[in-house]
Amino acid sequence: MTASTRDSADWKRVDGIIDTYSAKKSNLIAILQRVQEEFRYLPEDIMTYIGTKIDGLSPATVYGVATFYAQFSLEPKGKYIIKCCDGTACHVRGSMPVYMSLKQRFGLEDGTFTSKDGLFTVETVSCLGACGLAPVVVINDKVYPQMTTDAMKIIIDTILDEEKGE
Amino acid sequence: MANTLFINGKECEYTDEPNLLEVIRKNGFNVPTFCYRPDLTQFGACRMCVVEIEGRGIQSSCTMPPEPGLKIHTNTEKTRRIRKIVLELLLANHDRECTTCEKSGKCELQKYAEEYGIKDIRFAQKKDSEYLPIDDSNPSLVRDPNKCILCGACVRACSEFQGHSVLGFANRGSKTVVQPMAGRHMSSVDCVFCGQCQAVCPTGALTIKSDVDAVWSLVTNPQVRTVVQMAPSVRVALGEEFNLKPGENVIGKLNAALRKIGFDLIFDTNFSADLTIMEEASEFIERLSKGENLPLFTSCCPAWVRYMETQHPELLNHLSTCKSPQGMLSSVLKELVPKYFDGYTKENTYVISIMPCTAKKVEARRAQLVKDGRSETDYVLTTQEIAKMIKSAGLNLAELEPEPNDSPFGLYSGAGTIFGASGGVAEAAVRTAYEFVTGETLENLDFKPLRGVDAASRTKDAVVDIKGNKVKVRVVSTLKEAEKSIKQLQEGAADFHILEVMACPGGCINGGGQPRSCDNSKIKEERAAGLYKEDAQLPYRKSHDNPDIKKLYAEFLEKPNSHKAHELLHTHYKNLFANSYKDLK
Ligand code: SF4
Ligand code: SF4
Ligand code: SF4
Ligand code: FES
Ligand code: FES
Repeated sequence: MTASTRDSADWKRVDGIIDTYSAKKSNLIAILQRVQEEFRYLPEDIMTYIGTKIDGLSPATVYGVATFYAQFSLEPKGKYIIKCCDGTACHVRGSMPVYMSLKQRFGLEDGTFTSKDGLFTVETVSCLGACGLAPVVVINDKVYPQMTTDAMKIIIDTILDEEKGE
Repeated sequence: MANTLFINGKECEYTDEPNLLEVIRKNGFNVPTFCYRPDLTQFGACRMCVVEIEGRGIQSSCTMPPEPGLKIHTNTEKTRRIRKIVLELLLANHDRECTTCEKSGKCELQKYAEEYGIKDIRFAQKKDSEYLPIDDSNPSLVRDPNKCILCGACVRACSEFQGHSVLGFANRGSKTVVQPMAGRHMSSVDCVFCGQCQAVCPTGALTIKSDVDAVWSLVTNPQVRTVVQMAPSVRVALGEEFNLKPGENVIGKLNAALRKIGFDLIFDTNFSADLTIMEEASEFIERLSKGENLPLFTSCCPAWVRYMETQHPELLNHLSTCKSPQGMLSSVLKELVPKYFDGYTKENTYVISIMPCTAKKVEARRAQLVKDGRSETDYVLTTQEIAKMIKSAGLNLAELEPEPNDSPFGLYSGAGTIFGASGGVAEAAVRTAYEFVTGETLENLDFKPLRGVDAASRTKDAVVDIKGNKVKVRVVSTLKEAEKSIKQLQEGAADFHILEVMACPGGCINGGGQPRSCDNSKIKEERAAGLYKEDAQLPYRKSHDNPDIKKLYAEFLEKPNSHKAHELLHTHYKNLFANSYKDLK
């Protein structure tokens, strides 16, 4: 392990999360979910920390749980998480071209999901339960119905403009 | 109360066996196992131990409790077929380079594949690109994930013995691996190198890093003089590699074998165990009289020392400053052999130690134990490695005539010999401390409450009355137990003056470098019995009575804790918290 360069505010947040769940081994999954919500992924130093803080856990066991469940990401995720639905309905109505256009735009090779500037993570998900609006894309919990590659381009451009303005 | 059930048609008795497998083995039958280890919780993952039970079908015998009247068959067409499929599936994913594997000849996968006649494997073999890197980043253990069969024994050993869980499962499905945190090297996580994970591993996935070749090149080099020492536990376990009984003391035969191999001088770590007691008992008396740095923690076990340095550096002042017996003897030999023997110089003298222990390999490389640019212990061989050397020299240990060792660092007392069993160091220290303090002869030398190496004896307490002074002694084995005592100390609830810690369950007799014994819990008890038997029979049973020890102090060291003794026999510890797991904030 190498000492982390994380600042103390981050550790306070982690301690807060651990405390919320009474530092209990049986609450590990909930703790990891909260960490992922706050940090957008599970950083290795935080997993290590949790492993040393909670009785009965170790860094290796926390890592084991984190890598077992698909819901956890060990890579940093972007500020904007774009979920392209690829359920049957969306697939039939053209979700893949939308997805491919995003990958191309952000230069994502196979096996990488987050743009180099750390802004966007592109994922596929299975049916979101909104098949009537297919193909569906969700960006940070906001639902965009009946997507096309052109519409997608406009949405991303808008986000980027907002980012610049900030 | 005894119940009965039927195994392969024979009526068999059972009492409190926790599972069918133990009943089967106790009654002279056998089934193969990978994941079952009697000293660990059952895991029930490999399915090798399946049996057919009339009316119940196929069951894993390691997880099923015995019931009266069960009719069990251990070797049916169905059980054989299941085992064969298990083996084939495991082998399909396995790096099958048996001849160059460190575990070859001892590997359970190899053994059962041979017994079950697995000739061709119908499943596709791993592609080159799927091989994972081998970790040989430390002096003690090698981890080859390509040979792992995911039995989880190592994960349980590290967690249940050491409470440390350095190893864990990661990923899932076909990508599942067993590894340290995030696949790091064992040297870069908080592993203490006790080797217990390796001791329960059925395959070549975890093995001892061999120093056999290096030692062969020393003993065959005419320019070099080799001086060898062996730990207490080695003598009661090595025989097992040559079909002798566990606990049979083979020290004389080992001396003979070492001479035949070509070692020049043969001494005994038991001698320096006595030396350790001289120093540590004196250190303890001093701390007690000053009321300082109590409780005193023993420092013989390098896995424990490393645990303290990485996990509890704020308590390092409790550790005895005594080097381990290996460390003490190497220092004495490097310093004095050139003075006592012609033809030996500091440069040409190499010290090799034979240990039950994988952590000793790491200890030998400690910066504190390096002098003039060389480790004072040049190489450490485990019991397993010396067995290989003896075999490859064409010797059968069992048939050798016992020989004595060399003088003057070879004599030892019974107190030195019991160091190998958990509780032995404390008992030896009490024998000497009592006489040092009172000046009277101790009549009853057997401190029974400090003895015992089974799972129920991992924490032992005793009170010793030294002339009205009640000295409280706590003995623990496994770091999981040690951690409980540390917690008590931190909470101000520790009620003991001495804490003896051995990382391996039961102590060094069950060390990570000993002959494999992970499928039989009784073996460590037999080894310990071998040590206590020798203790009872030796002419001297207290370290301070050992004539060679008296001579060493008279001629060289003056008295315990003298300046000279400190220079040669004591050490210091380093706060290794930086870069440990806990060093994050
Ligand atoms: S050597 Fe000991 S501490 Fe290290 S992984 Fe193995 S069991 Fe755990
Ligand atoms: S390393 Fe050995 S003990 Fe550990 S899971 Fe793999 S095969 Fe089993
Ligand atoms: S208990 Fe003995 S064998 Fe085990 S790590 Fe400690 S010194 Fe080595
Ligand atoms: S398939 Fe996309 S919302 Fe149902
Ligand atoms: S399932 Fe019984 S030994 Fe593995």
